[in-house]
Amino acid sequence: MDYFIELFFSGLTRGSIYALIALGYTMVYGIIGLINFAHGEIYMIGAFTALAAATILSFFSLPLPALLFLSLAAAVIWASAYGYTIEKLAYRPLRHAPRLSPLISAIGMSIFLQNYVLLAQTPDFLPFPALIPEFAFLAPYAGVIGSSDLVILLTTAVIMALLSLFIKFTRTGKAMRATAQDRTMAMLVGISVNRVISATFVVGSALAAVGGLLIASHIGQINCFIGFIAGIKAFTAAVLGGIGSIPGAVLGGFILGLTESFATGYVSSDYEDVFAFSLLVLILIFRPAGLLGKAAPEKV
Amino acid sequence: MALLELHEVSAGYGNIQVLHGVTLQVDEGEIITLIGANGAGKSTTLMAISGIVPLRRGSILFKGRPIHTLPPEQIVRLGLCQVPEGRHIFPGLTVRENLDLGGFLRRDRQGIRKDLDFVFSLFPVLHERRHQLGGNLSGGEQQMLAISRALMAKPDLLLLDEPSMGLAPMLTRQIFAIIRRINREHNTTILLVEQKASLSLKAANRGYVLENGRIVIADQADALLANVDVQRVYLGI
Ligand SMILES: Nc1ncnc2c1ncn2[C@@H]1O[C@H](COP(=O)(O)OP(=O)(O)O)[C@@H](O)[C@H]1O
Ligand SMILES: [Mg+2]
Repeated sequence: MDYFIELFFSGLTRGSIYALIALGYTMVYGIIGLINFAHGEIYMIGAFTALAAATILSFFSLPLPALLFLSLAAAVIWASAYGYTIEKLAYRPLRHAPRLSPLISAIGMSIFLQNYVLLAQTPDFLPFPALIPEFAFLAPYAGVIGSSDLVILLTTAVIMALLSLFIKFTRTGKAMRATAQDRTMAMLVGISVNRVISATFVVGSALAAVGGLLIASHIGQINCFIGFIAGIKAFTAAVLGGIGSIPGAVLGGFILGLTESFATGYVSSDYEDVFAFSLLVLILIFRPAGLLGKAAPEKV
Repeated sequence: MALLELHEVSAGYGNIQVLHGVTLQVDEGEIITLIGANGAGKSTTLMAISGIVPLRRGSILFKGRPIHTLPPEQIVRLGLCQVPEGRHIFPGLTVRENLDLGGFLRRDRQGIRKDLDFVFSLFPVLHERRHQLGGNLSGGEQQMLAISRALMAKPDLLLLDEPSMGLAPMLTRQIFAIIRRINREHNTTILLVEQKASLSLKAANRGYVLENGRIVIADQADALLANVDVQRVYLGI
């Protein structure tokens, strides 16, 4: 039973990270119909920024929560700046080009960022400090749920709640929903679609950066390729839930995380990715629009 | 005084040129109607005015200043709104949220509240349905919502693209009565596009006839109603 619970929590932890990244894919897709293949790299850059910030800040002997908070802020700001810039440079000029052009641009951006970090840093794994504090009250449950599992799950829950409030009630959130539903009409009521698109990239990148820091601290190491596989998994989660649907991305993330965790725990860790992608294929066969997707997926 | 002026406007999509030098003028306080067959370029004209379709030649002045170089949101900010063909209600937003978005660029809470009360008094059914999703309204209710949403921006010039499309005759008459009322009571200038020309000519001061992207007749509305060519082609007499 303990083993089951352990797998359950580790699945929730994975699922949280997939959900955080999947939100960026789904929001961007909902607004401009583009699969932003560079999104995984934003997550990777978030993790690297957190590492740099934590390394520098560690000279000031700050308490751990302060170190965590400041590194998180640095990661969020820097990754958002990347997301904002990528959209401006690589996608906006192609807004009216044939559909395939921005997609190719996105793949190019992804490869570019991977190699840029590869050259600027190293292809090897770098150790990542444990920024998440250890809670004494969880000590009796060690091996079942760790402090970072709990922090990751709670942080993700809080972020999801804040995101729904943002989308539902703020001016920018309403503008995002309007733009996703009818872009021409959004322009006709006076929404600056360019600004909405920028905001979407910024929000999506910030969420990915949070995921990047959390998982890096949980696992304890990063390299420049972590964005690739996490990006594909999160994209899978977004499609699973119904791309364009925000609750769908969260649901897809958790289903994928739990599936992987149980499958590797009870069957074999060699097949981790096989389970994830088999799930995707099954969903696409039986529910092409994803679990919570509505529109026909002709845009994919 | 001229509120809106189009000078030799040409526009189109990709390889297709739709408008070939359209010139027209709308004066303050008027109701102007633009009539023409399906595919003549009426909607394209309105989209060019709203800044959605870029001009290839010519210019558009609103309140005396060129707007054809401005992005759509700045044109709205100047007081020019459009109710597009097919209504374009945000389907996944509630009636209330659709109306709020109409006032997206406004900051005067009290004015917004007042205009909300006004559109609810025009169309009480929208008040009843304010928590329903826009996509679940009937066609007539959607048209009421589309007009109300545009009014929430407090426009000086309102462009209406085939507001009667798909509506029962009684509902059409009701919508036209309200268009006239908005024009009279709020001094909102109106450019009304219609295929069904008889009702719109009766409501309008002047009219233009658009054929294949060119203005072929421009006259007072009653003169157009009496015009034999117009009667034959657009009024089915
Ligand atoms: N988005 C578009 N892309 C390409 N062609 C279009 C588009 N919208 C309209 N057209 C073409 O432009 C012409 C004029 O259309 P439109 O302005 O909608 O006419 P109307 O409103 O008078 O019926 C038509 O031939 C139509 O097929
Ligand atoms: Mg039309």
